[in-house]
Amino acid sequence: MTDTDMTTTTLNVEKPEAPSTEGNQRASRRLGLRMRRSWQLYVLLLPPLIFSIIFLYWPMYGLILAFKNYNITLGITGSPWAGTKYITQFFHSYLFWPVIKNTLVLNIYALLALFPLPIVLALLLNSLRSQRFKKTVQLITYAPYFISTVVLVGMILMLFSPTTGVVNRPITALSGSPVDFLSAEAFRHTYVWSGAWQTLGYSAIIFLAALAGVDPELHEAARVDGASILRRIWHIDLPGILPVTITLLILNMGQLLNSGFEKVLLLQNPNNLSVSQVLDTYSFQIAFQSQIPQYSYATAIGLFKSVISLILILLANWLARRVAKQSLF
Amino acid sequence: MQIRDTRGDRAYFIVNYSVLTVFTLMVLYPMIYVISASFSSAKAIADNEVYLWPVGATVDAYRTIMESPNLLIGFANSAVYTIGGALLGTALTVLAGYASSRDDLPFRRVVMFFFLIPTLVSAGIVPTYIVVRQLGLLDTRWAVILPGAMSVFNVIITRTFYKMNVPQEMLEAAKVDGADDFRFFFRIAIPLSKPIIAVNLLFYGITQWNGWFNAFLYTSDPHLMPLQLVLRELLSQSAVNPGMIGGGDVAELLKRRELFDKLKYAMIVVAMIPPLIAYPFVQKHFVKGALIGSLK
Repeated sequence: MTDTDMTTTTLNVEKPEAPSTEGNQRASRRLGLRMRRSWQLYVLLLPPLIFSIIFLYWPMYGLILAFKNYNITLGITGSPWAGTKYITQFFHSYLFWPVIKNTLVLNIYALLALFPLPIVLALLLNSLRSQRFKKTVQLITYAPYFISTVVLVGMILMLFSPTTGVVNRPITALSGSPVDFLSAEAFRHTYVWSGAWQTLGYSAIIFLAALAGVDPELHEAARVDGASILRRIWHIDLPGILPVTITLLILNMGQLLNSGFEKVLLLQNPNNLSVSQVLDTYSFQIAFQSQIPQYSYATAIGLFKSVISLILILLANWLARRVAKQSLF
Repeated sequence: MQIRDTRGDRAYFIVNYSVLTVFTLMVLYPMIYVISASFSSAKAIADNEVYLWPVGATVDAYRTIMESPNLLIGFANSAVYTIGGALLGTALTVLAGYASSRDDLPFRRVVMFFFLIPTLVSAGIVPTYIVVRQLGLLDTRWAVILPGAMSVFNVIITRTFYKMNVPQEMLEAAKVDGADDFRFFFRIAIPLSKPIIAVNLLFYGITQWNGWFNAFLYTSDPHLMPLQLVLRELLSQSAVNPGMIGGGDVAELLKRRELFDKLKYAMIVVAMIPPLIAYPFVQKHFVKGALIGSLK
């Protein structure tokens, strides 16, 4: 063994913190040595770090525009301060409560409808005996997840069209009049159930993975004792995936303000605006679709959303740690 | 010992197979319908004759796409963005994933936190737009590819792959032979990680192919539009706009609204098929991806 290798091996051993200043000095010298020795790794890290700084951290710094009067020529740093003017403007806007309500209703509806169904799908798939049938169902039901939002919305516009859509043919034949699936009454259902079509199969994967960890001997023993399959699912499978379920449910609740922005934007039309205007689309509209772009006001709305989202995520994580003993950080 | 199914269990399996069959057919039907409609005759679509299979099969919708310069530009742009985004995203991800997977990297926790923080605090659309504008990237291809080029979730998956598949002993052995970190990364780690590189290429490729919003927000030049954005414009029109399709003969062809509907179906098919061909190849990495994706 050469000299350098000896040092590398010793350096890999984590030493407890030295109490004396002398020890600290030695530790910091060692750290400096380790960093110098790893310079090539830092060179490898450089491109992703630069990317993150420019496209993730610089925009984060740009959030201070919420407290400034943005002026294109002066840039983010040079623009004059405006205090909390735009934040107050948003709180006092007549659209504040409708937009908050739309965001929450859409997300809670989606959560209530789309959280339990993948569990059911996973339980059904898991109890199948034919592996070929299982594989086929999985291959087909995963597929829509990889279809673009534009294509999904295109399918909705074409297939559910009140005049030419194939879905409205039997509806018209039975009830006499077609249904406008993008009207204010139907928008939420269309949004949520098209989401079900697109994501159910994919969302079941994580529960299938958890079910694969359930001990098959439990099933064998219960079967010998004469337990029916429904009882075995209820008493063996469900408790087996309960920790994952609770963790996912809590973490999903941390996402309550994050609606599928692109899909809502594509499905939006003047008729359904009263229910489809969510925080993201409202901010987008103010910045890019009004006659005078109000970047600062739009940023203030975005900042409001980011702050509430962060609080929700941290709360959810704290709850997940307490209840399910699992967490992200 | 073989235990016979009880009547209740048999009933369960009948219900199970029925439910799954119906669900699978419901997932499949819209995709089949769109494909069938795109191959049907314009008259059959207008008369509501298409339900499952093509009626009066023709390929003239696809011929129209092939003959329309603007639609072809969209296709070519999407190809450029897909290849560019896949290469750039994969390069950034592999670099970040490998370096942060090394146990001997000082400050590796700080580095991981640095990558993770933006997933918790999103800057939002407006500040990102302003940054892209200050960089002078508006109306360039870079504006479509660069923002969102690297996904932190892919970095985590890649990092896990390296931790599991490139053991510490291998690094130590290579160091004994005199290899430095660069040499080890390019000569040993990269060749060992072909599977995860392929998965990254496919993931980023699919994301870019499916993307429309960056192009919509950052560019106004029709020559930079990807296919998805062309499709979006097409869908938002209820009548034919000859300028959109381009070419005099094509405009003549499209005078009838029915053919326009058919063209929309054909464009949906063209935009939909590539990811559907690519995704079975990344399927075995779904569990990890879904796990991390749903934990974001």
